[in-house]
Amino acid sequence: MKFAVVVFPGSNCDRDMYFAVKDALGEEAELVWYKEADLSGFDAILLPGGFSYGDYLRSGAIASTSPVIEQILAAAEAGKPVLGVCNGFQILLEIGLLPGAMLPNEHLKFMCHYETLVVENADTMFTKHYEDKEEIRIPIAHGDGNYFCDEQTHQQLLDNNQIAFTYQSNPNGSVGDIAGITNEQGNVLGMMPHPERAVEALLGNDDGLRLFQSILTHWRNTHAINA
Amino acid sequence: MRKVKVYITLKEGVLDPQGKAVQNSLESLEFNNVHDVRVGKYMELMVEDTENIEAEVDRMCDKLLANPVIEDYTYKIEEVV
Repeated sequence: MKFAVVVFPGSNCDRDMYFAVKDALGEEAELVWYKEADLSGFDAILLPGGFSYGDYLRSGAIASTSPVIEQILAAAEAGKPVLGVCNGFQILLEIGLLPGAMLPNEHLKFMCHYETLVVENADTMFTKHYEDKEEIRIPIAHGDGNYFCDEQTHQQLLDNNQIAFTYQSNPNGSVGDIAGITNEQGNVLGMMPHPERAVEALLGNDDGLRLFQSILTHWRNTHAINA
Repeated sequence: MRKVKVYITLKEGVLDPQGKAVQNSLESLEFNNVHDVRVGKYMELMVEDTENIEAEVDRMCDKLLANPVIEDYTYKIEEVV
């Protein structure tokens, strides 16, 4: 399976994402510069964390105007898995692939530590290797991670099972303790915590690895490939 | 050429942690009469004058300058002297 990691000016978790796929998962990964990206040959699109364009205007806002966005929208439309982590999540919100917006953390602090997440929906292509209501440990690292949407949108997220992960103990003020959501079709996931930073037991924790394994299993099942 | 002054504010009901922090700081300076602070953004754009300049500025705000999920915007269009 071939994963594209889209690199914007200011991305800084691109290499973590690359190694998570290449070394921990053992699949093909390529870092693609946003200006030269041709995403057509890839099976999944990964938008890494960081500070694209220095978070000018709003986190993810400037990146949302790049030409590569058209290709990301097309990949999502075609049903390919699209995962945005942290700044990647912020970009997915800005381009409207996911509903809502990000506000500064409730207490205005940049936070970088482990959080316990609750798997709210283990029936997605990103979470099938987890159990419903399973608690996993994944690090966060963000200043603008306070997910906001109006009540009606929150209700829709709940009704459609679009909430993939919640925080057990809300660190940033997010509506409904939301840590990660999918689109209605379930092939686009945005999350603030960093699964790519938790893929090796040797480095303390591999709870994030199963997210990547889920994508792979889904891809193998849909392509009927027996690896 | 026209000068467009764009004011972007957080929608009512959206919490503003930054505004809250500013209010607390005002309080610590003993300005106890401030009941709320909302921090927004102000931008000045020099825009070529066209017949439908307002529609153009609306589109700029909707597409990029403001995020309609959390922000409102207003603007003034002025002659450049």
